[in-house]
Amino acid sequence: MKVLKIFIILFLVTSFSGLKFAEASDVLKNKILKNVRCLICQGQSVYDSESEFASSIKLIVDRKINEGLKEKQIYQFLREKYGDWVIFDPQLNKNTYVLWLLPLLLFLLGGAIIKKKLKN
Amino acid sequence: MKNKFSLFIIVIFLSFCFVIFYKGLNTPNNYTPKINEKKNIPIFKAKVFNSDSYINSDEIFEENIFYIVNIWASWCVPCRTEHPLLMQLSKNESIKLIGLNYRDNFDNAKKFIDDFGNPYSRILIDKDGTLGVEFGAYGVPETFLINKNKNIIKKFVGPINQEIVNEIKLIIK
Repeated sequence: MKVLKIFIILFLVTSFSGLKFAEASDVLKNKILKNVRCLICQGQSVYDSESEFASSIKLIVDRKINEGLKEKQIYQFLREKYGDWVIFDPQLNKNTYVLWLLPLLLFLLGGAIIKKKLKN
Repeated sequence: MKNKFSLFIIVIFLSFCFVIFYKGLNTPNNYTPKINEKKNIPIFKAKVFNSDSYINSDEIFEENIFYIVNIWASWCVPCRTEHPLLMQLSKNESIKLIGLNYRDNFDNAKKFIDDFGNPYSRILIDKDGTLGVEFGAYGVPETFLINKNKNIIKKFVGPINQEIVNEIKLIIK
């Protein structure tokens, strides 16, 4: 009887941790899919889309998570296949530095103008 | 003096906007990723059409020749328009065509090949579209040109036309 109890407890613990893992990988999967652009849809993420392209990407992301790839590695994989555009959050590189630095420059310029006006 | 300066700034700004919008008029709205650097062919394992066996990518592209990977499906209407051109390309001995049957029903795909002819030296099955993703494709039809070094050097989105066939022939010469 005692052995049976231990087995039941062990079984519950392992199945619960399995559930936890599935839940965690689901959260990660959804997070990634929301950040990947559906390239054949207008302004939709892969998460929001039911297109064939999106369903293939969902399968691939699921497979990559199960293979043990990290979030960044999955983005890198998709970027290699489809270019920077496929990820909603663009990385800072030689093609995007204007995009990243322009707001900062405009902010500084605006600040300088305001400062000058205030001085006058 | 100040007025002249403001006018100058406004003119510069408006001409900047004009150039940006004028350029935008001529660029197509849909996005196609550029292939600037040569990409290696992906490593994969795929089911062979009309058989139960699986094949590795290095066994598919083992010969020292050019390869074309064409993604097609029986339900894809543009695939029908490009099919005669693929048949024409398949007669060229310095190139081999690999078909990737994308999200298709086997019987329909077989009927398509029986009706229109088989330009492919090998057909692989991509039941869930994930093999297409490995190639960086996002639909059908799509065609990839692979050189002797096993690099993807060209990608054609949509059905190929005579112009593209001529371009391919020029490259493989």
